Amino acid sequence: MIATKSIKFFTILAVVFSSLTCFAASGGSTDTKEGQVNTPESINAYIKHHLADSHDFALYSYTNDAGERKHVGFPLPVIVWTSKGLKTFMSSEFHHNDDGHVIVEKGDVKLVKIHSKIYELNEGADHVVFDAHHHATNAHKVLDFSITKSVFGMLLAGLLMLLGFSSLARGYKKGAIPTGVGRLLEPLVLYVRDDIARPNIGEKKYKKFMPYLLTVFFFIWILNLLGLTPLGFNVTGQIAVTACLAIFTAVIYLTNGSKDFWAHTLWMPGVPKILRPVLALIELVGFVLIKPFSLLVRLFANITAGHFVVMSLIALMITLKNQFGPVASTGMSLLLTLFISVIEILVAFLQAFIFTMLSALFIGMAVEEHDHEHAH
Amino acid sequence: MYNLIGAGLIVIGGGIGLGQIGGKAMEGIARQPEAAGKIQTAMIIIGALLEGLAFGALILGK
Repeated sequence: MIATKSIKFFTILAVVFSSLTCFAASGGSTDTKEGQVNTPESINAYIKHHLADSHDFALYSYTNDAGERKHVGFPLPVIVWTSKGLKTFMSSEFHHNDDGHVIVEKGDVKLVKIHSKIYELNEGADHVVFDAHHHATNAHKVLDFSITKSVFGMLLAGLLMLLGFSSLARGYKKGAIPTGVGRLLEPLVLYVRDDIARPNIGEKKYKKFMPYLLTVFFFIWILNLLGLTPLGFNVTGQIAVTACLAIFTAVIYLTNGSKDFWAHTLWMPGVPKILRPVLALIELVGFVLIKPFSLLVRLFANITAGHFVVMSLIALMITLKNQFGPVASTGMSLLLTLFISVIEILVAFLQAFIFTMLSALFIGMAVEEHDHEHAH
Repeated sequence: MYNLIGAGLIVIGGGIGLGQIGGKAMEGIARQPEAAGKIQTAMIIIGALLEGLAFGALILGK
């Protein structure tokens, strides 16, 4: 009973938070130099800007009566490997500039930020020169290890998981029934074990893979939910993050493949010998490339599409302001955003489930041992 | 322009596929309600595989 109550509470909290996205975004919607976002191009640029990773944690920004831009948020550390070695400083030194006009000098290295990427000016240059396509001609990229917004989100998810699960683990020392957050987490852990790992990997071997499956499930789920809060994380919508997760899965099922799995992949029994190399090629490409690729693209595209729809619906209040007036357009945008956000809560869970499920399925395929009693 | 037409074709194909999967799963559940859990799981897996295919095509077409 309490478990359903806490799930209800959690859902309501998520709905309230995701509807707050409207307010957060309407505050930041005057990001351009002109101070207004009202053309389709500027709205498109604004949405893309919000989907991308950034070096500082902006909550919202506004223009005060004196006409100054004020940014509310906090800076994050920038860690870059330049031609002169490692440089670290806070992103506030860029003063929220994103077009390369603010130059940060660290020792003998000059750094600028253009479209959320950090560039190092070439020797002797004192300002950035752009070509016709708005590419910098006298600056080059540096190796960027910064704690960006996405990295911050991942650390936050890790911290949340650490707190939640250590409290769940401590709960079992006191008694068999967990209390507090554990009540919410225990059924999910059992769900991953009984409905994802056991049927797909098999009763004998599933235990070895439970840590990975649980970690990946809760990591993706928490990050998806964080992406629905007005904090504006878009971590599982970064292709590098999903690619990394897919590579983990691929490495795990390729290194744990049983003898039977490799025999069936590389030299399929029961098929004419001429066909076997062709089949081996298809199977190898499938397991090494296509399966991880479909895993990474599915998560990335789903989350990106979700964020894009939410942002577009928020932008309705700006695009329809002239036709319907501010109140009607804001109301419409709020209702539609709330509706889509509720669907996004479902998608957040579904994508975490599907990623874990398919990982378990592929691992199950790899570790399966056939009984050789029957002929193929 | 052409990639928009391509995106439309992908969505039509994906929609037909998802409709088939969902429809058949519904039929299956109606015939055998006790197997609903298994059918749902299989349905979601096939749906996810289809979705991966369609998204892959959309991303490559972009």
